[in-house]
Amino acid sequence: MALRAQTGPYFGDFGGRFVPESLIAALDELGEAYSLAKLDPAFAEELAELGRSYTGRPSIITEVPRFAAHAGGARIILKREDLNHTGSHKINNVLGQALLTKRIGKTRVIAETGAGQHGVATATAAALFDLDCTIYMGEVDTERQALNVARMRLLGAEVIAVTSGSRTLKDAINDAMRDWVTNVETTNYIFGTVAGPHPFPEMVRDFQKIIGEEARQQVLDLTGALPTAVAACVGGGSNAIGLFHAFLDDADVRIYGFEAGGEGAETPRHAATITKGRPGVLHGARSFMLQDEDGQTIESHSISAGLDYPGVGPEHSWLADIGRAEYRPVTDDEAMQALRLLTRTEGIIPAIESAHALAGALELARELGPDATILVNLSGRGDKDMDTAAKYFELYDEENAK
Amino acid sequence: MRTVAPVIARRNDEADGALIGYLPVGFPTLDESVEAAVALVENGVDILELGLPYSDPVMDGPVIQAATQQALANGFRLSHGFEAVRRITERVAAPVLIMTYWNPVVQYGVDRFADDLAAAGGAGLITPDLIPDEGADWIAASDRTGLDRVFLAAPTSTDPRLAQTIDASRGFVYAVSTMGITGARADLDEAARTLVGRLQAAGAEASCVGVGISTAAQVAEVLGYAQGAIVGSALVRALAEGGVQAAGSLAAELARGTRSE
Repeated sequence: MALRAQTGPYFGDFGGRFVPESLIAALDELGEAYSLAKLDPAFAEELAELGRSYTGRPSIITEVPRFAAHAGGARIILKREDLNHTGSHKINNVLGQALLTKRIGKTRVIAETGAGQHGVATATAAALFDLDCTIYMGEVDTERQALNVARMRLLGAEVIAVTSGSRTLKDAINDAMRDWVTNVETTNYIFGTVAGPHPFPEMVRDFQKIIGEEARQQVLDLTGALPTAVAACVGGGSNAIGLFHAFLDDADVRIYGFEAGGEGAETPRHAATITKGRPGVLHGARSFMLQDEDGQTIESHSISAGLDYPGVGPEHSWLADIGRAEYRPVTDDEAMQALRLLTRTEGIIPAIESAHALAGALELARELGPDATILVNLSGRGDKDMDTAAKYFELYDEENAK
Repeated sequence: MRTVAPVIARRNDEADGALIGYLPVGFPTLDESVEAAVALVENGVDILELGLPYSDPVMDGPVIQAATQQALANGFRLSHGFEAVRRITERVAAPVLIMTYWNPVVQYGVDRFADDLAAAGGAGLITPDLIPDEGADWIAASDRTGLDRVFLAAPTSTDPRLAQTIDASRGFVYAVSTMGITGARADLDEAARTLVGRLQAAGAEASCVGVGISTAAQVAEVLGYAQGAIVGSALVRALAEGGVQAAGSLAAELARGTRSE
């Protein structure tokens, strides 16, 4: 079977539905609505039209030779998801799930968010489709991404700062699931990544796979050949699977996911789930995760809130397991240096998440040599990260520094 | 093996039904959690449900979250769960079920967990985030060891799912009283009565209702239609605020709800 044809609930040994029985009816309802929508040309057309007239699809590709020159001269091409409305790939998935919410007749949506990109995208779709919206965000993240909190509130969403556990993305997911268990009759959970219980990993992938479908053809048109390698950052893994999926059965195209190595994958402070974790059950799916001997989830660390997650989508665990994709860690500092390099050489400020993929691409370019072509998913823009970057590179005037 | 079905049957003969009390292991300390569990039984709790603290407890409300988070911060280990079961079952006759999220069991090894729980004198498991569809390993291990396995049923469960849950459960079916997470509620949902009626019509021998029960009157109300009432957050709050004695006093008060008139 073609790798691309793989559907949930299981990807090899990974996936499933490890959730309270109270959520099963909602997951079944969502799964059935999605199955019907998939077969309905009107749904596909409505989503495609939103892509064209709202998101700005297709997103362009940009070759970045001045950046690539710093790594031996391989061709590096960026897929510009940062140019989407709301500033990242997250809108692709959210518009699909918001349309589904309308189809199943629910009036309220909830979502978790780490960096705020998915929360902003969900709040945007809620405004567009006239849905009530509550966003759960770890208290730690509301502090480091205050601008996105303001953005979501301006869009009309209620933002709840989650104070339980480690007060980051994983705890925001826990609270969103608790909300969903309680309010399932009126509420749909717009999950932001390819993790979680079935049908989320398959459905979110399907809404994101347009990234790779567009980029594959765009690179062919530009270079006359498929890329040597494709690269993306991996937290939960939605932008990565969105890019990878179109290439899964192109056996000659190498696939690389770059995880957040934090202060170093050899230290305890990282979010390199596949590199350093082992299989377990978290947030409704069996997948790789960071955990101690007793199966307690270990708190992850990354300078990038969007990658600061101790789990990963089950399809990535499967691709790693069968050897189709390779996952490597990139440290906070490597990502920040790549962020600055792309900014200075190309005038494009990437999100810190996406900068992990850029740092990875520099490493790949050195390994694969000057004849290689590397396609990188620039999954988001860096506007939300200006405060982090300004502090990291000491860009604030001292008297203005907080 | 000390399983729960005979106790539920006996309590439905001699009273209106069984009272099941929940406490987390290791809160506020391992020793005090053992003392509190013993005190519950000495004050009329028929079956104990011991929760294993877990980092990501999606079914639990704020009271139990706070208690289990403290237990984890105090250094809770899975081995403490077996130790607590052993120490409690040495002192009281009530059966002890472990309530645990699924990942700790997976990491310990499903068979090893079943063997060690049986060896410690435990009665079985309540698994809030494991549905029978995903439970083949546990169903095999519990069949091999004779442990009870309690799956959850929800007001939104379809008839085929209720039938599957009844078929997979041994001991009782945990009927989730309302759509939501653990925590005391002023009014019990009518949904609980409807759910238990559906479970009985589908052939369930014993349904015990949990989530939201905190008073003797609610226990009495639930035992009017179900075979057991499960109290969690209210007992944990009593223990947190008044120690072992307060937890025991609340248990004695709740136990009055098992005897009508």
